[in-house]
Amino acid sequence: MRNIFLFIRRYRTLLTFLFLQGVALWFLFTYNRFHKAKGLGVANEITGWVNSKYSNVESFLTLKNENRRVHKMNDSLLNLLSRNFMQVDTSGRLVKDSVPFDTLGNYRRYYFRPASVVYNTVNSQKNYIQLNRGSNHGIKDNMAVISSDGSAVGVVVNVSPNFSQVMSLLHVQQKVNASLKKTGDFGTIDWDGKDPRRLTLRGIPKSIDIKMGDTVLTSTYSYNFPPGYMVGTIAEVVTDKSTNFYILKIKPGAGFYNLQQVFVVENLQYSEQIKLNLDTRKKLKIQKTTKSE
Amino acid sequence: MSDLLRNILRFAVFILIQVLLLNKIPHLHRFITPYIYFLFLLWLPFSVSRQWLLIIGFLTGLTLDYFTMTPGLHTAACLLIAYVRPFLISVLMPKDSSDFNYREPSPKAMLWTPYLVYVFVLTLLHHGYMVFLQWLSFGSFLDFIIKVIATTAISMLLIITVELLFPRKMKFRTNTS
Repeated sequence: MRNIFLFIRRYRTLLTFLFLQGVALWFLFTYNRFHKAKGLGVANEITGWVNSKYSNVESFLTLKNENRRVHKMNDSLLNLLSRNFMQVDTSGRLVKDSVPFDTLGNYRRYYFRPASVVYNTVNSQKNYIQLNRGSNHGIKDNMAVISSDGSAVGVVVNVSPNFSQVMSLLHVQQKVNASLKKTGDFGTIDWDGKDPRRLTLRGIPKSIDIKMGDTVLTSTYSYNFPPGYMVGTIAEVVTDKSTNFYILKIKPGAGFYNLQQVFVVENLQYSEQIKLNLDTRKKLKIQKTTKSE
Repeated sequence: MSDLLRNILRFAVFILIQVLLLNKIPHLHRFITPYIYFLFLLWLPFSVSRQWLLIIGFLTGLTLDYFTMTPGLHTAACLLIAYVRPFLISVLMPKDSSDFNYREPSPKAMLWTPYLVYVFVLTLLHHGYMVFLQWLSFGSFLDFIIKVIATTAISMLLIITVELLFPRKMKFRTNTS
């Protein structure tokens, strides 16, 4: 017993080092899996406060550009209004949902909340954006984020009472559904972690005629992104003979370098869609087991 | 100004410069992220015990990590350099005069060449370990090598610039005082 104490005393520094190193690595590896950091709730409030103070100063410098973008967005909104609504067949409806709807009988499907960016990076492989809105303002996980000129930016992954963290499109684990504007074919957007000026679109079959500069929009199949918003334009086609699909390099529509004002978009039917999806799987599994009996 | 207050101020300044300035620089190249916050650990006084060095290293790394949303990454690297620092100092300090006439490591206290070796070794360790941890989850080996070299080079450049621009005023301490 005495020897153990002597051992601990002799190698005290080394043991402290190894213990703290272990704690650090535990933080690192558990975080990557769950996107939930240890102690992040408190830390998010503090870093958010510091970042918002700095952002107050910084936003003056790019005010002119931002103003122009907001004006452009307002302009285009006049034409886009109907896109936020979904037609409902009124003759077959029995029960009124609690979802708010307008006088024409159109149900609101997407709800936009403005927010401003307090922290944002582009030079890491896992870039996050911090917004000045949190659960107090109705932000929830998995909401889509769109820049002030209407281009896809990312998805909310973590929320504290007054701030929220957004996983940017420039994140190697991010995957977003997108489709070509011209033909409607859909694929998946991801990022290879190398160049923040290029995203990758996979899954477009080679039978389709593609030109440089074709527009890529958010797809109607996405659960969180509203359809028809800009993702980017085709900048480069990577030739790969081993597959029947294009690998397309996309120039993102959102300016990740100078994001300031964004919209957080809530799909009001998100939970219903996800629940339906899960229920279907459960139902099919039950049918399969009963059939085999 | 007391040592404690001076170092707390330094800590805040280094973290803020790293988070608000260097992490936001529009990137020059995908390999290069300039780092300077760990200079805080290199500048800590000689008199800090090894246990405290480890604890300070841990807290410094963790603070930066919460800003960059990568809990553990910088913490692990900071711990490593906090652990290695005393060994390096005992190897590199001139032994002839009465030991530790100055309060903290600086070009004046250690002379330029040993000081640069001291900074270079710790910078390389910090970046090497940090990029290694990043590479474990993502990336190719060539990227890893280039990234370590490029970030070390840019950090050395920054640190030498800081040393030349802001020479720290330090009193020569004699045994009599």
